[in-house]
Amino acid sequence: MDDAELLKSLLGGDESAFSELVRRYHSTLVKVARYYVASAASAEDVAQDTWIAVLKGIEKFEGRSTFKTWLLRICVNRARTSGVKEHRSIPVDPNESGPTVSAHRFDQGGFWSDPPVPFTEAIDTRLDNTAVLNAVRDAIDALAEPQQAVVTLRDVEGLSTQEVAALLGLSEANVRVIVHRGRARVREIVEEAMKGSKI
Amino acid sequence: MKLLPSPLVCRDAVELVSDYLDGTLSRRQRRRLEKHLAQCDACSAYLDQMRATIAASGTVGPEDLPSEVVEGLVNLFRQYRADE
Repeated sequence: MDDAELLKSLLGGDESAFSELVRRYHSTLVKVARYYVASAASAEDVAQDTWIAVLKGIEKFEGRSTFKTWLLRICVNRARTSGVKEHRSIPVDPNESGPTVSAHRFDQGGFWSDPPVPFTEAIDTRLDNTAVLNAVRDAIDALAEPQQAVVTLRDVEGLSTQEVAALLGLSEANVRVIVHRGRARVREIVEEAMKGSKI
Repeated sequence: MKLLPSPLVCRDAVELVSDYLDGTLSRRQRRRLEKHLAQCDACSAYLDQMRATIAASGTVGPEDLPSEVVEGLVNLFRQYRADE
């Protein structure tokens, strides 16, 4: 069932539609909230408040945006308010201008001395391989903010760069830089995992 | 005389890959990168890894939430419906 169908069922009071939407989006809400608030527990609280706001506001949802966008906007607004109360400053990427691939993997001329081992065959043809997907999921979970929220929105939820920028109040250029760094980090972690376990 | 852009080295090429896959490089940058990729197996492997990583990110699907989290939220739902 897609979101619109679940929403219709939810309007009719269907509990299973609610729990399905929770299963679909709760972890994304927590990651996005974590960008703004000081702790994992606060992020859980924000996500929970978001669901209550959904229940309260669902009858007023006019469908001018997708349910996902509406849900994420509620979450961001609440997280921002909580973050302000906690006096939390928004995290910035500490290595924003550094290289995304360790310098020691290149020689002095800038060419690979420790080149990447292709994992195309392993990962592309085995996208249904739970171990590979788990490695990617673990890698995203291990990202620091702001990369985790931005990569989750852009690559897991499939929002466009413009949508992510509008939602989080960042410039598109900034989103592109954070996505670039986050993806490179995920790739690095998956590469390490694959070297280690030969998945 | 127009100066030709200097060829890319791998260290700089990898920094362009994400924008390349999103189609946001300038035409000049894209050409420089494609020229490099055509001659560099290692950077082509890097590009493939990045492409596969992004594809996998889009298919990981929702995390299995701990059942107590789902139950807690479903209880909120019931409470909300009961109070309505």
